[in-house]
Amino acid sequence: MNVENSVFETHIVSVLVENKPGVLYRVANLFRRRNFNIESISVGPTERKEFSRMTITLNGDNATVEQLVKQLSKIVDVVKISLLNPRNTILRELALIKLHVKDSKVRSDILSYAQIFKGKVVDAAEDTMTVEVIGTPEKINAFLKIASSIGIKEMARTGLTAIERGG
Amino acid sequence: MVIAKLSGAQSLIDSLQKEGVEVIFGLPGGAILPVYDILYESNIRHILVKHEQSAAHMADGYARASGRPGVCMATSGPGATNLVTGIANAYMDSSPVVAITGQVPRTMIGKDAFQEADIIGITTSITKYNFQPRTVAEVPKVVKMAFKLATSGRPGPVLIDIPRDVQVEIDEVDEVEDNHVKVRSNVSPHPLQVKRAVDLLVNAERPIILAGGGIILSNASEALQALAELLLAPVATTLMGKGCFPENHPLSLGVVGMHGSPEANKAILEADVLLAVGCRFSDRTTCNISDFCPDAKIIHVDIDASEIGKNRLVDVPIVGDANITLSKMYEMLTKCLVKREDSLWFKRIQEIREECSSIEVFSRDDGLSPPKILKEVREIVPPDTIVTTEVGQNQMWASLYFKAYKPRTFITSGGLGTMGFGFPAALGAKVAKPDVPVLDIAGDGSFIMTSNMLITSVNENIPVIVLILNNSMLGMVAQWQRLFYNRRYSAVKLVNPDFVKLVEACGANGVRVNSLDELKNALLQALKNDVTTVIDVPVSPEEDVFPMVPPGKGLKNMIFNALKTSSILTKRSSKAPRED
Ligand SMILES: Cc1ncc(C[n+]2csc(CCOP(=O)(O)OP(=O)(O)O)c2C)c(N)n1
Repeated sequence: MNVENSVFETHIVSVLVENKPGVLYRVANLFRRRNFNIESISVGPTERKEFSRMTITLNGDNATVEQLVKQLSKIVDVVKISLLNPRNTILRELALIKLHVKDSKVRSDILSYAQIFKGKVVDAAEDTMTVEVIGTPEKINAFLKIASSIGIKEMARTGLTAIERGG
Repeated sequence: MVIAKLSGAQSLIDSLQKEGVEVIFGLPGGAILPVYDILYESNIRHILVKHEQSAAHMADGYARASGRPGVCMATSGPGATNLVTGIANAYMDSSPVVAITGQVPRTMIGKDAFQEADIIGITTSITKYNFQPRTVAEVPKVVKMAFKLATSGRPGPVLIDIPRDVQVEIDEVDEVEDNHVKVRSNVSPHPLQVKRAVDLLVNAERPIILAGGGIILSNASEALQALAELLLAPVATTLMGKGCFPENHPLSLGVVGMHGSPEANKAILEADVLLAVGCRFSDRTTCNISDFCPDAKIIHVDIDASEIGKNRLVDVPIVGDANITLSKMYEMLTKCLVKREDSLWFKRIQEIREECSSIEVFSRDDGLSPPKILKEVREIVPPDTIVTTEVGQNQMWASLYFKAYKPRTFITSGGLGTMGFGFPAALGAKVAKPDVPVLDIAGDGSFIMTSNMLITSVNENIPVIVLILNNSMLGMVAQWQRLFYNRRYSAVKLVNPDFVKLVEACGANGVRVNSLDELKNALLQALKNDVTTVIDVPVSPEEDVFPMVPPGKGLKNMIFNALKTSSILTKRSSKAPRED
């Protein structure tokens, strides 16, 4: 039986790494070698200053992702690695969306959409407004759908960060 | 505890000595000068190479022959990039090599300074890890860590890139505790998995052991032999595993794979349980993987968890050191099994051997054909002789016809297939084992690539023997062109120098032989010489290596000649191609 045969799924890999230069390169290099496209990656400090946490979202079949995880765990700077089960994990992403504002009707629309999505208007100018939305990727996608009907000028997303429940 | 104020260079050399380093293979240059200055008065032997690639291959050969890490050294920029092929080679074959490179001063890194190369970036995917100490204090820690990493778990190369100003700077240096370094290594197998494997093995009717380079790396040959004899299970090896099981043992099948022995390739397909240890199911071993033991239950033991399930799904995965795992299996098995003296399977193996010995392996040349040469060579050289090979037909003929009896006596570039590896690796092996004869089985094309090392071999008194199977061709490429490209010989014909003259110009012994008798005399003389001897044997430019599994095909599609793609065992004749 060949190894690479199952279906594609989204996987969230949480990687605790040494906090020092070059680590992101080593991790990214592995994905490059396997020709693997990273959907999103977020890196930041943890409760211990010597470690950082990378949260990596990938699309791939189970076997390939499992293999990648094994290879990742061989990188000397990787302290701990876990494949997160989305059902038991808190997932968050932040998006900043700058919208075109034609008139005051649009301005008030944006305000009320932002409210529905528990977002915040963080900047306003003559012809733009910037909204910050925090939530699961689905929630952000839903907001973006509405936002695009208004007209998105620019957008930036942080990529997913995640932590397991309980324990 | 602060022990001393030292320069980075001094600290480096001191640390290397603490690791027991006795010899460094290298070539100096600007960015590593401070280290060479300390080396000048240290008692570490330095062997000057003619090209840094050879320094890495020598360190690699030294490591494989001795089991101790080999150290090579080069300057920044071109020195460092010249090491790259050798490092990649060590990486593919899991050889513990520590490479040390000079780097431009810290303030100039990243600014395209003279002789700057981003060797950390370049070697990240061909090392287990690489370091660039930015302070003197880091140096001893980095060295300790480098040796630990290179030699632990699945061994491999580690690179230390030291900026020139760190070499020069003087600072307080701490003693490094041994426990400073924690390496993750799952050496002991999970007992439940071992139990599952043992259950499979006890009930197997046709067990086969596939032994890879991991057996050699973990010194598991004795454990392997005990287990094989207990189960009466025949042993096939990968190319990297060659020598880990005596090839004159009644249970030895030889090497399996694209140019594997007929009996190994045939028998492995009949196995109902395959115990694969310290191997990685590489494409040259399995050939078309979907045809590789499709119905066998597979137990895969490897210390590197990422190898398990990578190329082949297995039934019982076991992450563990080969020696420990095999010993545990043996222990458990002795409790439920008496040593088998005979079995239907063993009889069947004899039958396969007989069938295979009657297959005519096509060989054009009645005179000095490489198979005959190599069988003859085996008769002449002592059993503990270390053989290295170059890459191409010479390597595959050596694998097929030169039997290896002991671990660490067959050294070849298995993973990367690096032409030019064999000669410097032979020199490195000889440095590690000065009392054992070392022989490089070479092709003319490969030998030329690192033949400048003749000078080093003479200057540094490292006498080895090189046997050039000289077909005036890039033979293996020519074979593929003959078989699969309609004999369109594109860029494979070699116009060689007169090897005897070339060798003698370097101060070594050169001799050309034209018969098996002459070969025998030359070899006997070479074994006595205290200088490197190169024996040039002209062979036919048309000879192919057979058997062969054509690319993309499965083991069962092994062919024995170029005329017919006859499937195994359909062609018979009284000519025995290989005897045991
Ligand atoms: C550095 C390198 N370049 C190219 C190749 C591709 N290659 C594989 S075998 C071979 C021919 C080797 O010729 P030779 O050393 O004369 O050995 P022969 O096959 O004739 O025994 C070549 C060019 C290689 N393996 N390594």
